[in-house]
Amino acid sequence: MGRRVAIVGVGHSKYGYRNDVSLAELAWESIKQALNDAGIGQEDIDYVVYGNVGVWSSEPLPAVVINEYAGLTPRGTVRVEAACATGSAAIKLGHDIVASGEADIVLVVGVEKMNESPTPTVVELIGRAGNYFWEFENFGLTFPGYYALYATAYMARYGATEEDLCKVAVKNHYYASMNPKAHFPRQITLEQCMQSRYIAWPLKLFDCSPITDGSAAVILASEEIARKLTDTPVWIKAIGTASDTSNISRRPDFLLRRGVMEAARMAYKKAGIDPENPARYLDAAEVHDAFTIAEILTYEELGFAKPGEGYKLIREGQTYIGGLIPVNVSGGLKAKGHPLGATGVGMAVELTKQLRGEADKGRQVPVKNGMAVANNVGGTGHYAYVMIYSLQP
Amino acid sequence: MSQKKQMEEYMKQVEAFVEEVKKSTGLPIVPDQRTGAALWFDQRELSIRYTISVERIRKFFEGLAEGKVYATKCKHCGATYFPPQADCPKCRRGDMEWIEITGEGELLTYTIIYTKPASFAHYPDYTVGIARFPQGVNVLAWVRETDPKKLRVGMKVRLEVVRRQPENYLTYELVPVDEQG
Ligand SMILES: [Zn+2]
Repeated sequence: MGRRVAIVGVGHSKYGYRNDVSLAELAWESIKQALNDAGIGQEDIDYVVYGNVGVWSSEPLPAVVINEYAGLTPRGTVRVEAACATGSAAIKLGHDIVASGEADIVLVVGVEKMNESPTPTVVELIGRAGNYFWEFENFGLTFPGYYALYATAYMARYGATEEDLCKVAVKNHYYASMNPKAHFPRQITLEQCMQSRYIAWPLKLFDCSPITDGSAAVILASEEIARKLTDTPVWIKAIGTASDTSNISRRPDFLLRRGVMEAARMAYKKAGIDPENPARYLDAAEVHDAFTIAEILTYEELGFAKPGEGYKLIREGQTYIGGLIPVNVSGGLKAKGHPLGATGVGMAVELTKQLRGEADKGRQVPVKNGMAVANNVGGTGHYAYVMIYSLQP
Repeated sequence: MSQKKQMEEYMKQVEAFVEEVKKSTGLPIVPDQRTGAALWFDQRELSIRYTISVERIRKFFEGLAEGKVYATKCKHCGATYFPPQADCPKCRRGDMEWIEITGEGELLTYTIIYTKPASFAHYPDYTVGIARFPQGVNVLAWVRETDPKKLRVGMKVRLEVVRRQPENYLTYELVPVDEQG
């Protein structure tokens, strides 16, 4: 069971093409905000966890470089990797360290500077992140390609269309337009999405999240410390985590990812959420829409829709504020951006602000239940994390 | 122009520009084309090529030379593996036999890759598909058809060993059965 753990401070850089800052400067933007938000100093931090995938950026040991820049040396530190779910893996490690009693205050930083390499190199490095030898070496899959395999199978079985996919992009850009931290803070039309070029058939440019630089930070504290530091701690109520085959060809089905479903089952169980009707318990969801099809699959995997009916939720506008459950009102990975190591931490920052009632004008969800869910998926479902954040411990 | 040529042209231009700048300023610092921010152009290039151990599944590659694509099957519990595994994690034994993947497969899903990774940029657009074969295994490979109108989930395909060009090495492809007449 362990001790209860709360988020007591958050920070979030502007996501985007951030060639104006170095990796350490980018991380510092969110570390500084998080320290100020929690009202503590570097000396209060017991341990620091960095989520960073790297390779595209030049520093091979980013944890120590950033620790030094941010005045955190000689605090113990580690760098965590779980592909696109790296940020959530970092939060899980930070959470477990506090829950175990090993530390009282842990700083978790997600940071990624993908634009230190040219785009074709980044496409190459992400593409290699499936099962390298059997998928990439001979067949050159890309990440849009992997998700296109899901989209083709989904459309063929359930009759969803390319327009349905584009509707996810339109929604997420709509909310990103109200988020000054977003990579693309602007709206798009359905026509713009439909007319964009194919990246990996049937996915088009506007179905895909961008190559983003960014950082996000959360400060985690034990219950005793959290209650001293803030009146509005946001509790990490539950964490579910699971995995799936590295080889996508070994999945029994391309339409529901077992890892995500298992992670959701674990998290809902720990948080006391009825898996048959989770939307009733939750005020908001931040889900892994690296590609538009992923958001639709996630509606089903998290239990917001029955298998094969996820696309109807976006057709009916049920995932806008005022619908069944608001999903990705930050703009999501699609429009807020997807700096791999930062993404899961950015979701935690977003939901903390939503639960505290501090989100930007026009995209604050009504807080009725005081509970929200984040779903962060690494690879093509390889790493799955589902976190429940709550105003009640 | 292929994506590879475009990339090379672009990098050549950037490098030439950096050389010019270094001559006049003594520093490899150039303005970002989009934002004007100062960027240090890395003077150390890293190029990586791995060696990958295939000793314990050597038979798979010998099979390709004979025009066959093999999966492995555990002699103890009967579990079948593709890609082939030398070990069966289910019963923790390594006593495997090799079975050939033959007959008609059914295409489960596919995509056509238009934006390619750097090391695939010299190929024309290619289709990647996954097909299920009667031996109970799924195979991911290129599909010999790049027109989305001629592809559909459920279509019949067979496996064929081919020599991949321009690298000139043996690999396998999924070939639509209709195309063969
Ligand atoms: Zn066995």
